[in-house]
Amino acid sequence: MTLHLKMDDRDDRYRLDDMVQGLVGTPTDRPEGKLKVSGKASYAMDVLPDDVCHGVLVRATITHGKLRDLDTEAVRALPGIRTVITGKRMLRNPAQGMAGKAPVQGSDDIAYFGQPVALVVADTLEQARHGALALRLTLEAKGDAVVNPHDPDASVEMPKKEQVLIGDLDEAMKKAAFSVDQHYTTPGHSSAAMEPHASVAHWHGDSVTLRGSYQMLAYNKAELADALGISEKNVRILAPYVGGGFGAKLGISPEAVAAALASKELGVPVAVSMTRQQVFETTMRRSETNQRIRLAADENGLLTGIGHEALVSNLPGEDFSEPVTQATPFLYRGENREIVHKIARIHRTCAGSVRAPGEAVGLTVLEIAMDELAEKAGIDPVELRKKNIPDQDPTDQIPFSSHALAEALDEGARRFGWDKRNPKPRSTRDGEWFVGMGMASAVRVNMLIESKARVTLSADGRAMIETDMTDIGTGTYAILGQIAGEMLGLPMEDVETRLGDTEFPPASGSGGSFGAASNGTAVLLGCEEIRRQLCKKLNCEDADMTLKGGYAIVGNKRIALRDVLDGDTLVGEGHVQPGKAEKKVRQATYGSYFAEVGVNSVTGETRLRRMLGVFAAGRILNAKTARSQCLGGMTFGIGMALTEELIHDRRDGHMVNHDFAEYHLPVNADVPQIEVVLLEERDEWANPLQAKGIGELGICGAAGSIVNAIYNACGVRVRQLPATLDKVIDGLDEAT
Amino acid sequence: MNPFEYTRAASRHEAATMAAGGATVIAGGTNLLDLMKLEVMTPERLVDISRLDMDDIETTADGGLRIGAMVRNSDLAAHEIVRSTYPVLSRALLAGASGQLRNKASTGGNLLQRTRCYYFYDTAMPCNKREPGSGCQAIGGATRLHAIFGASDHCIATHPSDMAVALQALDAKVEIENATGDIRTVELESFYRLPGNTPHIETELKPGDLITAVIIPPAKGSRQTYRKVRDRASYAFALVSVAGVIEMSDGKIAHASLAFGGVAHKPWRNAEIEQMLLGEAPSQDLFRRVADTLLRNAEAQGDNAFKIKLLHRTLCAVLTELTEG
Ligand SMILES: Cc1cc2nc3c(=O)[nH]c(=O)nc-3n(C[C@H](O)[C@H](O)[C@H](O)COP(=O)(O)OP(=O)(O)OC[C@H]3O[C@@H](n4cnc5c(N)ncnc54)[C@H](O)[C@@H]3O)c2cc1C
Ligand code: SF4
Repeated sequence: MTLHLKMDDRDDRYRLDDMVQGLVGTPTDRPEGKLKVSGKASYAMDVLPDDVCHGVLVRATITHGKLRDLDTEAVRALPGIRTVITGKRMLRNPAQGMAGKAPVQGSDDIAYFGQPVALVVADTLEQARHGALALRLTLEAKGDAVVNPHDPDASVEMPKKEQVLIGDLDEAMKKAAFSVDQHYTTPGHSSAAMEPHASVAHWHGDSVTLRGSYQMLAYNKAELADALGISEKNVRILAPYVGGGFGAKLGISPEAVAAALASKELGVPVAVSMTRQQVFETTMRRSETNQRIRLAADENGLLTGIGHEALVSNLPGEDFSEPVTQATPFLYRGENREIVHKIARIHRTCAGSVRAPGEAVGLTVLEIAMDELAEKAGIDPVELRKKNIPDQDPTDQIPFSSHALAEALDEGARRFGWDKRNPKPRSTRDGEWFVGMGMASAVRVNMLIESKARVTLSADGRAMIETDMTDIGTGTYAILGQIAGEMLGLPMEDVETRLGDTEFPPASGSGGSFGAASNGTAVLLGCEEIRRQLCKKLNCEDADMTLKGGYAIVGNKRIALRDVLDGDTLVGEGHVQPGKAEKKVRQATYGSYFAEVGVNSVTGETRLRRMLGVFAAGRILNAKTARSQCLGGMTFGIGMALTEELIHDRRDGHMVNHDFAEYHLPVNADVPQIEVVLLEERDEWANPLQAKGIGELGICGAAGSIVNAIYNACGVRVRQLPATLDKVIDGLDEAT
Repeated sequence: MNPFEYTRAASRHEAATMAAGGATVIAGGTNLLDLMKLEVMTPERLVDISRLDMDDIETTADGGLRIGAMVRNSDLAAHEIVRSTYPVLSRALLAGASGQLRNKASTGGNLLQRTRCYYFYDTAMPCNKREPGSGCQAIGGATRLHAIFGASDHCIATHPSDMAVALQALDAKVEIENATGDIRTVELESFYRLPGNTPHIETELKPGDLITAVIIPPAKGSRQTYRKVRDRASYAFALVSVAGVIEMSDGKIAHASLAFGGVAHKPWRNAEIEQMLLGEAPSQDLFRRVADTLLRNAEAQGDNAFKIKLLHRTLCAVLTELTEG
């Protein structure tokens, strides 16, 4: 039986708070943790069939044009080569998140440098790799390829629904007692997940099974079927473990389709793993952004106007555009508001979702501008933000579901020792280092996505969860087990969670921070259904039944679940869909960051000294995995602030630093002590768990706190991220 | 990776003979294997020297040090005499790569590691160093890593080694054995070449030459440091680096040797500035003049313009540190 819920209204039953197993919220270990740290969790390429062949993708080495010919004969003559795949089904780039259909296909038309145009398949990986590098392509370049978003020849779109105009911002700027009008840039970023995109495809008759590294299997199944021109019924995807995704594995990628095509042709399983360089070049990048922020405030620092303009880029024909301004309409007050969103069509690697699309870069920049306003107005940055928290969403004029920004700001300031900060830049020195503190707000929109899960309570009193949900390192195995254990009164070890198989009920998938809440709700509903069946057996109302430690307690009776079941197996399916609730209220998660940096007075090198994040995301399902998400998010923020930047050659747009040696992720030495505080909160508008997403919150605005700390340390305002030393060094002269 | 034959050399002679016949030497493999996977280097034969008896560190008759070519970077950095007498070397080694890489990387291999120019690593790009005569795609492109000294119209790459910069400041020599068993030593200064119009020829090594050791004379100064400036706190190549060896006597500079990394096709040294420092009392004014002189002929390549100011400031700070107290 299925219990269905459409989230049209608040759910104030607080079901989890009625339960007594005591699992939800606790810092429970991941059940699969031991497998992972001992190398036994099997990622996409970890279980290869004996007769597997290996494929390696071949890249186009022009920016825009046609593939006229491939010298496959010469390559087929090399040792071990089995076939060369190319043609109209090859993917130009990965599918965008939740597309559910194939992206642009065909190897004839080349739209960016590095586009995969062929797959060379051989008996061994080494042979395939050599063959791929040896394959000679006849390419015809079009001379007009625009590769820079600022190129006057770039075609620029302004989608109507992305633009907002309320009141008169120009007028507000004129009248403002204090104002900021500045331009900022953020570079492209890569998700750079530890496990590269990889797929092992194997056909049985008309059906293909793909073992891959993907985030959203229900959608990926549809995308793969569409790309191959077969029925969804004939596609099965397995992804029991995923070594990180961060958005780059939302949609099916070129290697999956190529592996399936090759396997079909050869009649053997084919494994294709991208090289690190290919992960950079042919999976999603976060678009670079050019932003302008205008802030107008009255003499008390109350905002009267906010303007946020963004120019982002993508390939022609891609419907994703980095939603830079997503949180600007509702974060701060101000009667006059203007949002301008532009997309330049350029020939660079496809742009798509990278952890917290929108707020990651948009809020970061807004928070730098807020720091500039605080400086101008002579108001403490924490105070300025608190003053400007609106009572309701000032754009859509709807109430907030729950809102803990003020609390996060206060709590963070108190714990960090913000009162010790001297607002005057360059007032603290430690030897050669200028030391400074900065802060920023955190905000991320909250989403609920349709999701299903099946819960089975077998006669032996153990429960099993089945859903095609993924665990991309976030802790899904843990939290789903906790929810079911809580609802059914079972210890963790009596709940088995099976994920990552499209034979199971379709889930939301992992993305947009919505996985835990959406799929967790499906599990909760499935458990409610089982509880209903148990009540029937016990002839009682749910309110009179307590489940704990494998026992049902009704009145003064305590009966083992096994005895209640009496040989029966109960099945409950949960199905949640988003509904009107998301239109009635503004749902978002909030938080604050506090950072202390040292800026070297000789070289301009910035080193983070300590950092604190305080976050509120509704009910915290697992204090340990939630904290880990925040730590990871803040680490992304450190990279964004200080080191990470995709460099594109200005002439042909190709990605110059497509490896870990030169795309500088923060290493251990760049990540000092980070403290995470999770605030107690419930959001009854979000879902029956009262939980909101936390996977991305920790990156949203994080970089802003670091860049603001650089200003406080040395008086140099960096508006072009990342704040590498070359952006700081010129401003240091005044210091020495 | 193209197919290759692999031989583990039984003797130096065998290794040199094979190398003379066209085989490529592999030591720790930390650079060579990466380049082979990308087919930037495509040797058909590899001769492995990693088991040869070249991993001793011995004191020489004149009180210097002889470091076998197979001494691992970790072992060299941790060596008692290196830490006490040549701290600049120890620091430079520890500033490079990561613990795992240093455990593998050899002294000879470190000297001969190839440039990290982005375009050199991408076989789709013209590069005179990889494919003589094909052009230099770095010029006019992304040049954050590139040279401000000694570049040519054919190549603007830098040498990435930290260790070599320290060795340069220590007046090290390279000991080389060839297939006929002849042993010669070459000053590090003349061992490396500037790119000129043959950027693919990086050193004075001839086919069949095997580096057997690096020899450093007794330290000429007890005040030593290696300062590396980079884009993240660890695990990044130098944007600029300064190796300094100074001796003070009666408040005056009695010896100064300075070498610079991340700025040229080889560890950079400038005799004129060392001369300027000799016999002088330290002062900020002196240091600034020295840095001005060093950078007089520096030439930016676009993205790397900041290196000029950065090196100026870093040099002044290093000189201040080494002459204080
Ligand atoms: C991610 C990464 C980061 C790094 N960061 C740094 C850094 O910050 N600073 C730094 O200095 N280095 C850095 N390195 C480079 C590292 O120091 C070198 O890869 C290493 O020193 C090379 O030594 P090896 O023994 O492994 O050489 P190999 O890779 O074996 O050989 C390198 C070259 O030397 C030749 N060769 C080796 N030994 C001899 C010999 N005895 N005679 C003749 N020819 C020989 C080989 O033929 C080959 O051409 C980094 C490397 C990596 C992969
Ligand atoms: S700078 Fe040198 S190594 Fe780089 S592309 Fe030019 S020739 Fe090649």
